[in-house]
Amino acid sequence: MSDQRIRFYQTGTFTVGNRLLDPSDRAVQASTARANALTSGHRACQGCGEALGARYVLDAAMRATGNQLIAVNATGCLEVFTTPSPETAWQLPWLHSLFGNAAAVATGVAAAMRVKGKPVRVIAQGGDGGTTDIGFGCLSGMFERNDDVLYVCYDNEGYMNTGVQRSSATPPTARTATTPAMGPERGNVFGTGKSLPLLAMAHNLPYVATATVADLHDLEAKVTCAMGIHGARYLHVLVPCPLGWGHPTDETIRMARLAAECGLFPVFEAVDGEVVSSTPIRRRVPVEAYLRGQKRFAHLFDGPTPDPRIARLQALADQNIRRFRLQPEVTP
Amino acid sequence: MKLPFAITLDPGSSRHNHTGAWRTQRPVYVDRLPPCNATCPAGENIQHWLFLAESGDYRAAWEAILADNPLPAVMGRACYHTCETACNRAKVDEAVGIHAIERFLGDLAIEHKWPAPPCAPATGKKVLVIGAGPSGLAAAYHLARLGHAVTIRDAMPRAGGMMRYGIPRYRLPREIVDAEIQRIVDLGVTLELGVRVDDLPGAIAAGGFDACFAAVGAHLAKRIDLPAPDATRILDAIGLLREIEQGGVAPLLGRRVVVYGGGNTALDVARTARRMGAADAVIVYRRTQAEMPAHEDELREALEEGVQVRWLSTVASLGDGDITIEKMRMTLAGPVPTGEFETIAGDTLVLALGQAVDLAPLRAVPGVAFTRDGSVEVDGALMTGHPGLFCGGDMVPAERTITVAVGHGKKAARHIDAYLRGTTYAPAPKHAPATLERLNPWYYSDAERTVQPQLEMARRQGTFEEVHGGLDTSTALFEARRCLSCGNCFECDNCFGVCPDNAVIKLGPGLGFRIDLDFCKGCGLCAKECPCGAIDMIAEQT
Amino acid sequence: MLKQLECSRAIAEVIARCRPEVICAYPITPQTHIVEALSELCRTGELAPCEYINVESETSALSVAVGASAAGARAYTATASQGLLHMAEVVYNAAGLGLPIVMTLGNRALGAPINIWNDHSDAMALKDAGWIQLFARDSQEAVDLHILAFRLAEELSIPVMVCVDGFVLTHSVEPLDVPSQEQVDRFLPPYHPVQVLDVSDPVSIGAMVGPEAYTEVRYLAHHKQQRALERLPELAAELAVILGRTSGALLHPYRLDDAETIVVAMGSVTGTIEVAIDELRATGLAIGAIALCAFRPFPLVELAQALAPAKRVIVIERSLAPGLGGALASNVRMALQGGAIPVRTVIAGLGGRPITRVSLRRLFTSAAQDALDDLTFLDLDTGAIDRELARWGDQRRSGPSAENLLRDTRRPR
Ligand SMILES: Cc1ncc(C[n+]2csc(CCOP(=O)(O)OP(=O)(O)O)c2C)c(N)n1
Ligand code: SF4
Ligand SMILES: [Mg+2]
Repeated sequence: MSDQRIRFYQTGTFTVGNRLLDPSDRAVQASTARANALTSGHRACQGCGEALGARYVLDAAMRATGNQLIAVNATGCLEVFTTPSPETAWQLPWLHSLFGNAAAVATGVAAAMRVKGKPVRVIAQGGDGGTTDIGFGCLSGMFERNDDVLYVCYDNEGYMNTGVQRSSATPPTARTATTPAMGPERGNVFGTGKSLPLLAMAHNLPYVATATVADLHDLEAKVTCAMGIHGARYLHVLVPCPLGWGHPTDETIRMARLAAECGLFPVFEAVDGEVVSSTPIRRRVPVEAYLRGQKRFAHLFDGPTPDPRIARLQALADQNIRRFRLQPEVTP
Repeated sequence: MKLPFAITLDPGSSRHNHTGAWRTQRPVYVDRLPPCNATCPAGENIQHWLFLAESGDYRAAWEAILADNPLPAVMGRACYHTCETACNRAKVDEAVGIHAIERFLGDLAIEHKWPAPPCAPATGKKVLVIGAGPSGLAAAYHLARLGHAVTIRDAMPRAGGMMRYGIPRYRLPREIVDAEIQRIVDLGVTLELGVRVDDLPGAIAAGGFDACFAAVGAHLAKRIDLPAPDATRILDAIGLLREIEQGGVAPLLGRRVVVYGGGNTALDVARTARRMGAADAVIVYRRTQAEMPAHEDELREALEEGVQVRWLSTVASLGDGDITIEKMRMTLAGPVPTGEFETIAGDTLVLALGQAVDLAPLRAVPGVAFTRDGSVEVDGALMTGHPGLFCGGDMVPAERTITVAVGHGKKAARHIDAYLRGTTYAPAPKHAPATLERLNPWYYSDAERTVQPQLEMARRQGTFEEVHGGLDTSTALFEARRCLSCGNCFECDNCFGVCPDNAVIKLGPGLGFRIDLDFCKGCGLCAKECPCGAIDMIAEQT
Repeated sequence: MLKQLECSRAIAEVIARCRPEVICAYPITPQTHIVEALSELCRTGELAPCEYINVESETSALSVAVGASAAGARAYTATASQGLLHMAEVVYNAAGLGLPIVMTLGNRALGAPINIWNDHSDAMALKDAGWIQLFARDSQEAVDLHILAFRLAEELSIPVMVCVDGFVLTHSVEPLDVPSQEQVDRFLPPYHPVQVLDVSDPVSIGAMVGPEAYTEVRYLAHHKQQRALERLPELAAELAVILGRTSGALLHPYRLDDAETIVVAMGSVTGTIEVAIDELRATGLAIGAIALCAFRPFPLVELAQALAPAKRVIVIERSLAPGLGGALASNVRMALQGGAIPVRTVIAGLGGRPITRVSLRRLFTSAAQDALDDLTFLDLDTGAIDRELARWGDQRRSGPSAENLLRDTRRPR
């Protein structure tokens, strides 16, 4: 009966809330009592996925911790658009130190809480640049020490705050200000970049997960799960950036959805270094469906014939689908 | 805390910064017209009553149906539900089983003896309704609720019209018909049965009626001349069904029944014949299945029950125990004879070639005009050329279904009411359509339609027991919840959740949402992620 | 109570008595013994409660301290040389955020060429990061300055760097008094931050500040340093009462009476200078010295007053500002601006080169005869330099000078 209830539901649990759902099955975001840890008046671009992701994550963590939460923020869009003096959009205790040290600063906050015997939890957050590149040393140290911090990377696949430059999270072929669509191999080159979730897993963290702003329930469940665990945890959230990706401001969630549904962004969970579950693709689409909507990939489609690199991206997606078992009914 | 200058700030102080100033377009909540509502001949607000049913408030849902249609239990069974054909969900997976939920609600009301909502204070006006079929009953119901005194007259011994004398019991149990009629009578409507009105103006004058609604239906069977050794072996469908209903045996119905025609009545007769013990029930139809006017589900069920169909065939003549049919060929101009004949076994031929209106009582009424094909001419308010005389149902040019009839009843009632008050009735303008393209189907979970349990085949063929079982409380709930709520907010909280600027204010259950224009930057995410397309983005005036 | 102790150990013990709540450690010579000793004190429970965190870099060391301090914990770390440069960004940040972190800097030269020995290149590199920089003239002062540092830092919400000469002080073993817990507690109240990450009063710390307020923020940083100029002597006096000895000051004067020549220096070299002065005074030379304890804030007025009677000032500079001379001398000149007292810069003791009494006596004597250039390199091996410069003249590329010089200096002369 219980699974039938979901099956026959008007919208299942895909929508944020729904008056018909039991309140406990609704997303934190459906509640007027949500913390709004990141509130209105911030200066993010229209349709910013990062603004959305940060509120999703922090509100869920606020609920999970009974508002006993402190956030540490790396430099980047999220920091800049929330705290231009004299106004801040944060409603929880929040600290920004530098671009590359958020994980370490969070370690310090967590240490302070522990030494003072306060049951207050700590989240560190940053963009992909602040996480996979400049902040990786501090992050790896925090991971390795198993400090009691949930680190959240809001991955918009580039250095957006400085005007959309390449980071090690920028996908191959994507045009950025430092990987222009020029020369023999236009955009970002193949064979570069790294997967922070996999690197996090290599630290044997008690919990590593990926998520997108397109699947709120999944994201909130992961935050809740992460906050139920002590030690170093890592959450990697895909947050499309209309400015950097070149998609309409109302397509932010759709882009995140397509990224997951085509397989380029695998959504999964790992415990103690092993993948324990992945969110199955619901309606698989070819990578082209995802790429076409974004100006950063426009050069793949401007020739008379399809750019062969689309097939290479498709191969990456297919590999993810196999590797993370994103289509359990298809993979052997 | 006394904070260090500039670098340490008070929480939420960004709310001083009204980012709404960035906006070039704004979201606006809208109500769109869902395809189900748009196609319902009775004008039901289906999406709305489904919305009420979705939360389990069946009584409210039922009352919402009643606002347009006083016969939910009947309609849930006998309507051919154009709403489901139009349903947007049909393009996502399968249409919402609207008729099944309607029937469930109707049955629930009967079971709990829910009365119709109370009538308005009496107006002192009197209306005569002629014909106790779906149209007349619907008109009577609405007129009564509007406070008018209604008298219905019908020539038959029992009320219901085609609901009783045209639709077989296995599709529409009579206790259901009785119960729904009784509820209308309980409003204080006077029902005079077995009274045929031949002098309309006389009847109106004699009864002191202020207006009249005539909806006597079309019950004169159309016939064709066929060479036959014994004319008694040729029956007409509507007459046959009426006779069976009146309890008369059908002695002339043989073991091999051939039904000529392709409408729903043809199927009703064929299926009835099977139930009455005919070994063969063969439908002969001039065209192909694609052109058959009968409802697809009815055909499927008939075939399941062993009814056979000879497509592209006409009846040429009757022999002794057999019937000769001629093969037809489909051309762009329609079916043409091939000259190729075939003889099939058949001891009875039932003609189901349509019905005509008995116009006799109206012929002499001053001002009333008729169409060339034998219907009564009415204006947009369903009024004839004779002031105060309105017509509806099968008598006027329209599709002849009980749903259309019920719709006419409602429409006529509203215009009669206006006529009696000396005003005119103008329906509210229709909302723009809620098209599939406006929906974001991602959010709807995949679900098959709750299939109404069907009676076992064997039982169904031999008896007149109802073929379709009903939904129970839980299946009805699931089914209602499959509604996509096209074009109308169903409070899924998506807009509230997906706004990156927290600029959607949730007003609480039943109250929907409001945009906080101080902070809305106009990104359009709420509109794009609204599952049901109930948000429009409109340009800001600059 | 005096105990024969390594200075680093004594510093660790006094740090422990300052009750830090978070300590971040990363190894780099010559501060390592301090954090090693602290790890021991934490493990044995002598220092508790305290979170001792082995970080993966100096950037993290100070970053952890930033987080801890902002969350209301008393935080301590130590570093030296390359480590200080590695954390440079955070050094500025901690000051900008006004976090009262105390850090010991085991002063050491900067590479390349890599060199583990003592000079002040590291401290000078970050002299304008907004920290208070206090230089210890001897091991006992190195110990005592830490108590002062915490008090000053927390009173003013400003981080303090206690500069302790590497090896010369950090590794010296001598009779030292580690102030007792009771003495420390009497001087150092618990930490009450002016801003703190608190779930019941959720502020945002570390906002972005634009042109409209940045100058004011910087002015206030300067203002804090000016306040420190006032508070440091007062607090030092207060501490002196408790400890029964003078530790910490803006500056320590030495035999300034009638001094015509005044030597200005910072750190452990002042001990040798004082001995040389004693010897020269005995020959009748009117010479005295000033050991600057506070380099930041720089006591312009106090220094100008102390130097006013002098005919000449010699600055013993433990670091080089290539292309200029020395940072300390430049600052001293600023104190004396508008006057006629000449200031000579003497670059001495770079990368651990010993500054001998003999060399100093020779230097001061010629200084007293006004025979010094504006910029002098003490004990410079001019032979080696000349040979290298000759090579430079011969060929444009001659390999790393450091190695050439090393070869030359090892060659029997
Ligand atoms: C040490 C340092 N290097 C560079 C910068 C400049 N910088 C500020 S934000 C930023 C980009 C941030 O990118 P990311 O972390 O991906 O966050 P996003 O803005 O994309 O959300 C850069 C390069 C800096 N502030 N500090
Ligand atoms: S540049 Fe991208 S990440 Fe930054 S505020 Fe704009 S939309 Fe958000
Ligand atoms: Mg980024």
